[in-house]
Amino acid sequence: MNIIVYLIPVALGLGLLGLGAFLWSVNSDQYEDLDGAAHRILEDDDTPL
Amino acid sequence: MTGAVLSPGEGCPSGLEPPSTSLAGDLSAFVRKKGGLNTLTLSVRGAKCGGCLSKIETAVMAISGVENARMNLSNGKLAVAWKGDNSANLIAERVSNLGYGVSAFSEDASAKSAKSEERGLLVSMGVAAFALANIMLLSVSVWGGHGEMGAQTRTALHAISGLIALPVLLFSGRHFFRSAYTVLRHGQANMDVPISLALTLAFGVSVWETAIGGDHAYFDACVMLLFFLLIGRFLDARLRRQAHAAAHDLAALQNRSVNRVTSEGRVESVRAEDIRQGDAILVAAGERAAIDIKLFEGESGVDESLVTGESLPRAVQPGETIYAGTLNLDHPIQGKALGEASDSLLADIARMLEAGEQKRARYRQIADKAVALYVPFVHATAALALIAWLVLGASVHQAILVAVATLIITCPCALALAAPVAQVVASGRLFKRGVFLRSGDALERFAEIDHIVLDKTGTLTLGTPKLVTEPNESLALAAQLARASRHPLSRAIVAAAGPGPLADRVEERPGLGIEGWIAGQRYRLGSAAWVGLDASPEASGPSLWFANDHTDPIQYCFEDQLQSDARETLDALRRRGLSIEILSGDTDYAVKATANELNITQWQARVSPGGKAEHMNALAASGKKVLMVGDGLNDAGALAIAHASLAPGGAMDVSQSASDAVYSGGLAAIRSVLNVSKRTRWIMLQNFGLAAAYNCIAVPIAVTGSVTPLIAAIAMSASSLVVTLNALRLNGGAE
Repeated sequence: MNIIVYLIPVALGLGLLGLGAFLWSVNSDQYEDLDGAAHRILEDDDTPL
Repeated sequence: MTGAVLSPGEGCPSGLEPPSTSLAGDLSAFVRKKGGLNTLTLSVRGAKCGGCLSKIETAVMAISGVENARMNLSNGKLAVAWKGDNSANLIAERVSNLGYGVSAFSEDASAKSAKSEERGLLVSMGVAAFALANIMLLSVSVWGGHGEMGAQTRTALHAISGLIALPVLLFSGRHFFRSAYTVLRHGQANMDVPISLALTLAFGVSVWETAIGGDHAYFDACVMLLFFLLIGRFLDARLRRQAHAAAHDLAALQNRSVNRVTSEGRVESVRAEDIRQGDAILVAAGERAAIDIKLFEGESGVDESLVTGESLPRAVQPGETIYAGTLNLDHPIQGKALGEASDSLLADIARMLEAGEQKRARYRQIADKAVALYVPFVHATAALALIAWLVLGASVHQAILVAVATLIITCPCALALAAPVAQVVASGRLFKRGVFLRSGDALERFAEIDHIVLDKTGTLTLGTPKLVTEPNESLALAAQLARASRHPLSRAIVAAAGPGPLADRVEERPGLGIEGWIAGQRYRLGSAAWVGLDASPEASGPSLWFANDHTDPIQYCFEDQLQSDARETLDALRRRGLSIEILSGDTDYAVKATANELNITQWQARVSPGGKAEHMNALAASGKKVLMVGDGLNDAGALAIAHASLAPGGAMDVSQSASDAVYSGGLAAIRSVLNVSKRTRWIMLQNFGLAAAYNCIAVPIAVTGSVTPLIAAIAMSASSLVVTLNALRLNGGAE
């Protein structure tokens, strides 16, 4: 059962990683325009990079 | 819909919205400079699809010097950043030429605080979700290992759960604790009081249980509660912000710049809010006055249809006052800006608006009523359970556990979600139909309507006259004069005659008519007196006379056109058992004609703004729930006082802010609003019913002491899911 000493921190760390990603997405305004994002992905704009 | 013709290449490529071209004056006053970079945010109306998005962004990016153009489709804001000397007006014009309405947007302080509140709730929700997932991981092991897991391991897992829950409870729970503390300090209670109590007790009991190595800890239930409650709170905040933004946007339409004349006689363009009392203002021909002014120079004809409801222009001269919203037709005029206090009409309307606000604040929403019933019930039940268990000989520990379990399981998760989810879905649905709700609780008031009062000019009618006389050969000649004028009747002649040449030496006399030369002959177009007739023969409605020096005058008659869907909409509303009435500031004749055409028997003409408001009060006193629909400044008071109110998109900003919702695209929107609000109310009642039914099952389980953390978790999430899914049903179904 000693394995949970490692597993619980690992689980928490992964969770924190997800939380960090979420906070980043909130702070970079990604929830400000949900409709636009849905349409942008369908934009067929063929300009080469 | 208004049946606008979609010209190719203009407006939304998907045809979701007809093209519009309103461009709001000079925008250079709204540009912000930051480190050599100019930034401007524009409100764009009519952008509905991905095609609009790329069309607008590509066109603006193509302007030289533009560094970045990003369009937000959800709220219609276009943020542009550019370098160099290009003016803001060039950018606005480029967008306007694509067939979209453009106006300047400046974010106010309340919009910023609403945004940070919404963001705070979203972050709190994310943190609660993180904690919930991790605590559940541990809880599931405890539940799964029941009977096999050692007491020490279980206590360790409980302790870790508690360590995760504590900071999250303090961080994410602060929204509820703070609100509960504020109301408690004032000796009142709201829904946050039982929520805070349940959260604190659930956490406290769990800590105690962990300390004594007990079986059950409720850390998972505590955080789950928090998570579900924050969803409801977040949806509510987002809806309120959207409603606020929609209202602010409409106000931005009036975000026009004003031409101020400096003491040296220079004309400068400034924002309307920068004007001080006594400033000299120039209103150019074709411009709408943004503030109230007292004329001191110039004579002109003015169109006051938005202010008084009168559909025909009036001649004004120095010494007279014109109100904000008045359209100057013929000649440039100058006047002194009036302060609000000196101005009786606006002051009256402001008083009426205040009365209306107070009245609405007293309105009790279904959710308020539900909470008032719910809170004492739950607390009494928990207290009774505690006493009953003690009397029946249970230990204090056991009795407290039962009482706390009762509080946790009956905590108003479903109740907190029942109304916001339904309102969010309904307002989204209305938004797609061109109706902007200004507050969520307005839906409940719309659902109760039994009587509709309509304004005439601009609401039932288009507000622009149309030529009804058969066109003859002299119409082309009359149009040559009319092309020089902005008078609505002249515009109607031009609309009937189509494009063509302009007469020579055209002169316009406010209140009388136009004079000009065609092929060496002098022609006149205007009132009967202008063409030399002594008395106008009794005309049926507005008319113009056209003559040259040798021929008999020819009369042209006009009619204000009804909205294309007026008859159909009103018939449908009558079939639903609603009574309909017209209340207008226009002449008896005009109102009567409209009423007859629409089979409306109840109508009043020449009603003053105060008279409209009094009529609303009288109707309310007779027990009627009135829906007021109107657009003019003269309707603002009535809109504020009515039980619920609607204003068309072209209305005055005062009227828009006085009403509960603003619609675009014809009167059919009234039906949509009433239909959707009725269904929303029904769904909300169902949701409260479901929440009550849930408690009927949960409370007996709780007071008999059979609630384990597992049962609490399943019951709470199930009830929240059920009300959310029920509210989503609003999205489907026919109109």
